Parts: sequence; C-alpha cells; structure tokens
Amino acid sequence: MTLANDTAAVIREKALWMRRTAFRMVHEAQLGHPGGDFSAIDVMATLYFGVMNYDPAKPDWAGRDRFIMSKGHATGALYTALCAAGYYPEDWLKTYMQPKSLLNGHPNRNYLPGIETNTGPLGHGFPVALGIAIAGQISGADYRTFVLTGDGEQQEGSNWEAAMTAGHRKLENLTLIIDRNRLQQGQGTEQTAGLDPLDDKYRAFGFHVEMVDGHDVDALLAVLSASPKGRGKPLCVIANTVKGKGVSFMENQASWHHGVPNAEQFAKAMEELV
Amino acid sequence: MAAPAPTKAGLRDCRDAWSATLIELAEKDPRIVAVVNDSVGSSKLGGFQKQFPERLVNVGIAEQCMVGVGAGLANGGKVPFVSAASCFLTGRSLEQVKADVAYANFNVKLVGQSSGIAYGELGATHHSIEDFAWLRPLTNITVIVPADAWETAEAVKWAAEHEGPVYLRLSRMPVPDLAVENRVFRPGKAEVLRAGNDVTLIANGTISHIALAAADLLAAEGINARVLNMATLNPLDEEAVLAAAEETGAIVTAEEASVRGGLGGAVAELTSAHRAVPVERVGFPGFLPTGSVEWLFKEYGLSPEGIAERAKAAMARAGK
Repeated sequence: MTLANDTAAVIREKALWMRRTAFRMVHEAQLGHPGGDFSAIDVMATLYFGVMNYDPAKPDWAGRDRFIMSKGHATGALYTALCAAGYYPEDWLKTYMQPKSLLNGHPNRNYLPGIETNTGPLGHGFPVALGIAIAGQISGADYRTFVLTGDGEQQEGSNWEAAMTAGHRKLENLTLIIDRNRLQQGQGTEQTAGLDPLDDKYRAFGFHVEMVDGHDVDALLAVLSASPKGRGKPLCVIANTVKGKGVSFMENQASWHHGVPNAEQFAKAMEELV
Repeated sequence: MAAPAPTKAGLRDCRDAWSATLIELAEKDPRIVAVVNDSVGSSKLGGFQKQFPERLVNVGIAEQCMVGVGAGLANGGKVPFVSAASCFLTGRSLEQVKADVAYANFNVKLVGQSSGIAYGELGATHHSIEDFAWLRPLTNITVIVPADAWETAEAVKWAAEHEGPVYLRLSRMPVPDLAVENRVFRPGKAEVLRAGNDVTLIANGTISHIALAAADLLAAEGINARVLNMATLNPLDEEAVLAAAEETGAIVTAEEASVRGGLGGAVAELTSAHRAVPVERVGFPGFLPTGSVEWLFKEYGLSPEGIAERAKAAMARAGK
C-alpha cells in the first residue's frame, strides 16, 4: 500500500466514524441537520486527515491552516471532525444541543477550540475566510484558508462580494469549497434560484475551478492537497455531493435537511453505515 | 501627536484627529490595518494609504464583505479598523456586526464616519440615527462617541490597545474643543463637564458642547445644571446616571440620534428600574424631513435653547 492509499484509507475510516457519530448525536438530541452533515463529511475528513496543517494542542497557533464551516448548521460534521482531530474528547459530543452545552446548534469559537469563527446565518464564512487570507497575504504567512459553503448558500450576495475581492487580490492561499448537493431545505437549488453554471461564474470572478466527486476521497485529496503556490488565483472546488450520502433512505431527500431519525430509522442507518 | 489645526472659529474636524492618530499607532504596531468600502476619502485615510499601501484593504462597495473581512483579519492576528459611513457600516452589515464581530468576539474596531445626520440634506438613507439602538444590545461592543478632536484621538488610542470589539462613532461636523481643563479619557466613565445639582444634562458626541452652552443659559436663570459627557454609551456608566438621578432628580439626554434606544433609551431603562426620575430625551423622532444639519438641529431642539427648555420641563415634572 502506498502512502497516498494509506492516507485515503484513514480518511475513509474517519469519515465513517463521523457519519455514525454525527447521526447518533442527531438521534439523541432529536435536532440537527443530518442531510447536509452527510454531504460534507468526506470533504471535511479529507481536509482534517489529509490536507490541513494544524495542532489540536495549540488551536491558536498563528501558522495553522484554517477551516471555516460557513454552512454552520452542519455541526454534526464539524463537531465530529474536530473531535476526531483531537481538539476535545468524545464525551463532549454527548452534550450536543443540551442546555448550556458547548456544542451549540451552530458553532461558536468562544465555546470550542478549533472553531475559527461563528457561523449560522448563511453567507458569512466566505468573507471571514477572505479576511484571514488577506491577513496571510499582508504578513507573507504560509497558511492556507479553506471555507466550505452550501450550494444553496451561494444565493447569498455576500459570497459574490467576497469572490470579487478574492479574485482581484489573486489569493492563492484561499480555497472555497462548495458542497454541491443540489438541494436546499425545501427543494432543488435549480428549482429555487438556479446556480448553474457555477463553475463559469467562479472562473469569471478570477478563480481556478475544479469540479470533483465530493465523496471520492482520492479525487478530493488530489485537488485539495496540491500546492496552490504559483497558481496566482484562489481555488474554487465544486464538490458534487449527495445530500444524506451513505444512508439509502436519506440520499437526495430534501426532507433530511433538518429531519431527525426515529429509533427504527436510526437502527437501519447504523446497519448501512459500516 | 501634533493636534490638527482648528478650522474656522476654533472648530475642528474630528476625522483629522482620527486619521493622524491611526497613522501614529500604525507606525508602532504593524498589526494595525484599515479596511474600507471605497471610503478612503470620506474616512480621511489618504495619508494612511500613502504610508501603508499594503495595510489598507479596500474591498470596494461591499459592506457585508468588509465587516466579515475585518473579523477574518482579526483571526489572522491583525488589528483591523473598519472604517465607513456609519449608516452603511452599521445598517447594511448589521448581521455581520452581530455574528462576525460581536458574537464571535473578534478584536475588530468599527469606525462609523459621518454619523448622525452629518449628511443633512442627503436624507434618511444617509443618516445614521439608528446605530445606537442597533448596537446597544450587542453588549460586548464598546460604543464610544467622542465629543471633540482630543477625545477622538484618545478613543482611537484606547481602541487599539483594548482587546475586543469597539464601535467608534465619529462625525464629519466640525466641533469646538470642549472648554474643560485637565481632561482624562476614562472609557466607560461619564466625564463631569460641569457640576450642578438642579438638573443633569447628559450628552455625547457633537452634542456635548451644545449641552454645555445650554447649562450656561440655565445658569443665567439661576439653575445649576450638571453636565455629563457620556462618551462611552456601551457599557453605560450606571453609577454616574443613578447618582445624577439621586442628586439632581431630573435628567435631560441629548444626542445626535433617534430618541428610541440610544443614550436617552439607556438612561430611561436604567432610571426606571432603579431610581425613577423625569427623563426628557432630546434627539430625533424618526425619519427626518429634508434640511441642513443646522436647520435639523434647531428644528429638533438640539440647540442650547432647546436643551435648556427641556431641562426646565424635566424640573417641572419633578416638581422642582
């Protein structure tokens, strides 16, 4: 087995654990956004276990790579990723959305280590990531900044404000990843306020665009771990994903945006997530 | 710092003090950056841009992005001063101010330029009289409203040193230096501009010097008004307000802002809960008709005569 294969195997193992754990959290809390957790988890596992440079013992390390979960409702994915990355013990996950829990329904950087900014209202993460990338550009720092947005979230105009400046400043240290599951909470993105052609739009804003299968760990690794140096452009990765990925009855169902499982559904999902 | 020269009749544009102080601070602290929405000129940041071109981040006319970028710069170890017309800075990007700056508790300095009704005839879209009410519930943002050039410079220096979100509310309207000796800038504390026990006038920003002039008019009628310069609106100096209620029994608030939810609102909330006294709130009732700054100030009682009249009304309500 080559080193790359090794890394991909670890990522797949972590992603499986994240799906099972996130779904357990949502089941116990009877709250959450499991459909969007599952579409994002392979991307996040790839970032945290194959791409990003960070030290959970020093969450404030100035040289760390940053990840911002702009689709802040996908806390099942974020909290399990940070836990698996070693930022806090697994016990903490049991408190998800309980009174006074540090694991709020949307992430708060003042509650948990490893969270770069507070998100929840859509369209906020990208401008903040842009600011982090500009700080790096001004300082000549080496870190990279990754921001994950939903695809429906791209309807927020603040993203396009950020895209304009990111392209203008040729921020190669900035990577925008769009979780392109094609469903927003009520229906398809293309039935709501269509986004396509999203790749052309970002190219027009000065980005280098890559379209990948957002559940293909090898493809994600290749695109995300390639050095951006010398590219002279920010990177936009359109990750084509499946909402509810991994559980047959959840896949491509908008109702699982914030649907929560009953005992029977939970048991069936656990049987499938192996 | 060499204080910028007074303009006509001893008036100063506080923006000069703001920009000169920022440059002075930036020379010593490489973390300081400025973020603007194409507002280099109106923020008087031309000198800063010339001296530190890489540290002036202009995101274009994109206020939501501008405030988010401020939060991101703070994450990246910078001390960002995000400067734009206060109507857009606080209104257009209120959710970013709430979520990215206040709730996330980033070390971002928001600098609202041309606040209040400085844009006069340009109308309610360009007035910023709602900003106090919008920002006061964001309890971790320190809101400072300097009254003159000296206080502006002090506030900018303090903001740079303070770790946490700050909103500096500046004006483009030239104001006189407050005629008070031996001033010390104490954030979070009311400054007693004049002692008195018959009634208290509480003001800030461009109105503080007018409140002092109102006290002169009252003195001519034998009324000794206490005058407080409440440069820090948030957190409010509750001790000073309650002492004023207790010792003078009648209060007038005067601000270049809406009478709802600003300085007057804060004083009324506090006194009604702990020491109920008549509170007369001088300010603006809502969207304003077309008019010059001077005309609007006079029309809505933000004049020495207008404030003095409301002081007598407060005293009458208190049975004094």
